[in-house]
Amino acid sequence: MSLVPLFVAIPLGMAFLIPLLGRWWKTSGEVLATGGTALLAVMSIMSIGMPAVVHHMGGWEPPYGIAMVSDGLSVLLLIAINIVGFLAVMFSLKYMRIYTGLPKYYSLFMLMVAGMNGVVLSGDLFNLFVFLEVASIASYALVAFGTDADELEAGFKYLILGSVASVMILFAIGTVYAVTGSLNMADVAREISIRFGGEMSPALLLAAAMFLMGFCLKAALVPFHAWLPDAHPSAPAPISAMLSGVVIKSLGVYAMCRVFFHVFGFSPELPSSLIIANGIIAFSVLSIVVGGLLAIGQWDFKRLLAYSSIGQIGYVTLGIGVGARVLASGGVRSLAALAILGGLFHLINHAAFKSLLFLSSGAIQHATGTRDMKQLGGVREKMPVTGLSTNLAALSIAGVPPFSGFWSKLVILVATLQAGLYAIGGIAIAMAFVTLAYYVKVQREVIFGEVKGAVEKAREVPAVMYVPLVILAVVCVGFGLLYPVIGYRILEPARDALLNGAEYIKLVLG
Amino acid sequence: MKGMTLIVRTITDFVVGFIVVFGTYIVLYGHLTPGGGFAGGVIIACAFILLLLAHGKEVAFSKLGENTAHFLDSAGALVFLLLGWVGMSAGWFFMNTLPRGEQFSLFSSGMILPANIAIAFKVGSSLFLAFSALAIFRRRSFRAVIEEELT
Amino acid sequence: MMVYFLCLVLMTMGLYCLVAKKNIVKKVLGIVIMDYAVNLYIIVIGYKTGGVAPIVEPGMSEGMYARFVDPLPQALVLTSIVIGLGVLALMVSMCVRLYEKHGTFDMSAISKLRG
Repeated sequence: MSLVPLFVAIPLGMAFLIPLLGRWWKTSGEVLATGGTALLAVMSIMSIGMPAVVHHMGGWEPPYGIAMVSDGLSVLLLIAINIVGFLAVMFSLKYMRIYTGLPKYYSLFMLMVAGMNGVVLSGDLFNLFVFLEVASIASYALVAFGTDADELEAGFKYLILGSVASVMILFAIGTVYAVTGSLNMADVAREISIRFGGEMSPALLLAAAMFLMGFCLKAALVPFHAWLPDAHPSAPAPISAMLSGVVIKSLGVYAMCRVFFHVFGFSPELPSSLIIANGIIAFSVLSIVVGGLLAIGQWDFKRLLAYSSIGQIGYVTLGIGVGARVLASGGVRSLAALAILGGLFHLINHAAFKSLLFLSSGAIQHATGTRDMKQLGGVREKMPVTGLSTNLAALSIAGVPPFSGFWSKLVILVATLQAGLYAIGGIAIAMAFVTLAYYVKVQREVIFGEVKGAVEKAREVPAVMYVPLVILAVVCVGFGLLYPVIGYRILEPARDALLNGAEYIKLVLG
Repeated sequence: MKGMTLIVRTITDFVVGFIVVFGTYIVLYGHLTPGGGFAGGVIIACAFILLLLAHGKEVAFSKLGENTAHFLDSAGALVFLLLGWVGMSAGWFFMNTLPRGEQFSLFSSGMILPANIAIAFKVGSSLFLAFSALAIFRRRSFRAVIEEELT
Repeated sequence: MMVYFLCLVLMTMGLYCLVAKKNIVKKVLGIVIMDYAVNLYIIVIGYKTGGVAPIVEPGMSEGMYARFVDPLPQALVLTSIVIGLGVLALMVSMCVRLYEKHGTFDMSAISKLRG
């Protein structure tokens, strides 16, 4: 019995079971959510290194049926989603006590995890869209969970922009179906390479442009970033950690990689694929610059982290875009492999340290009641564990050796410079210093320094809340130091899966 | 919550039963004619919403209580998921393993009929709950809009 | 060919309504129009001139199957309409709650967070 449909069936089952039992058993949400996400985290760790699996739903063979495909890239994202999900649930056991209606919160959380797992495991374009919508709608409702005026407005803005993105993606899926006559991703890839071997037709170019716009909006790249600086600070802290840590990656970056590397393909024979790769690089550079520059002037801790997310996702897509451009212009294949490896490494690093930073901001808010950096200071003396893990995350994301963020940024920058994009590499290096600058600001204002007003009466948060912080900090340090032991087993299959499009077609269609 | 005029209430009393029967027909024959679980569920929810609009909240909730609706909501979705697991016994998720009778009869579709019924319960009860939640809010803000329009 | 272009025009009208109107209920309507424009586009993709509805009746011969319009886009649109309904329910309930907090539907009075 294959594990693949369990990744979607278990959280869906929990999501429907929690409201049913929540009327009689008040803590049903906590118990079922913790158990479900723990099981999913264990299952995702167990699937490292296993060969790629294709599960035909309903017994129908592709291309007639819907297939669920688990290859190296999917396993990478599954690990990130389920482990961060489990740690966020553990954090919210104590943090969410101040809110009411908790069974609904856990039910929506499990729906979001189910949707993201479905996006990552889907082998069919429309199935990807359906799970993308499930995860998006659950996240819209979770952002507005506290129903304050600020949270409702941020949730409404996120909802409107996310719906526009979904409409564009659906339009692109319809166009792809009209041109190729199939919805299975491997079958569409084969049709495009057989029928349009020389040139992409205008309809497919329109579909590619709409896909790019839709997925860039979900991934919050500039100029489609307008929802993120309002939505991420206003959401409750574990939801901010999930949103910034895994949702924008699995719905935005993963879907972009899957559609553009496997369905459309990058090769020197398709001249329009170079346009797409240049588009991705242009959006990434804009995101790095805008995210970095706007983060410096922020005094709200979570808003600074949100702008930092925009910048770091720009780095991830820069690595992937440089790899795509090298593939599309017929360059050296190992250079493309290096760039894609850097992008994927930074993706999983950012999942670890950004979720750690958002969870620690939640811990600080729980203990002191504020997230305004002007009123915080010297957290390290009153809350040593939180302070230490936040410090490690800030050093890692700023790119200080030997933490993990340094290695991934180094690989991306080296690949960019070797690909001949010297100006873009220079901008990325300059922005890395800007990232260091605002994280030094975070350290000076929040962690170190003298104890200011709001922090006077703070105590260390309960164990349930700081254990996820410690685990994520260990991951941050561990990925940096232990890459030859752990990292290559997760990252290299993902990189190979992205580089070899033909393997994907053979895997699914047999 | 006040209902509507006498004419509307009388016609509603006549028509509601037929709407439920029609919705049930669309659900049960979903594998042969257009429709199926979602469309039939919406029609059945419309019957209860018509009761809510014409007679008021108390009558509608006496026919389908709030707790019953919440239970049917979750139970319908869980039954649908369990039907997927039944298919797993033949090796693949959602595989249609129940016996199929002769073509074009009511029981000729294997697993599609229980799936349609489960979805009809879920969709019907959740649409009714969503509408009733909005109707409860509507009363407070409608008065404010009327006062704002008049001044 | 003209029909696809008209679907795109309808989607642009929905986008205009979303961008240019200040009332949040009108913005919600703009998104609903965009959603249904794309659903219409997908159904029209499956159309075949002189086709019949894809329902198999007792006593149909094999030759009739080639005259069916494509049933796959219809299944896609059914799912998409359900998704649109879910998003609409969420949007409308958010509008109601926003009205309770601010007392108005005007977006310029509601938006206080800087983007």
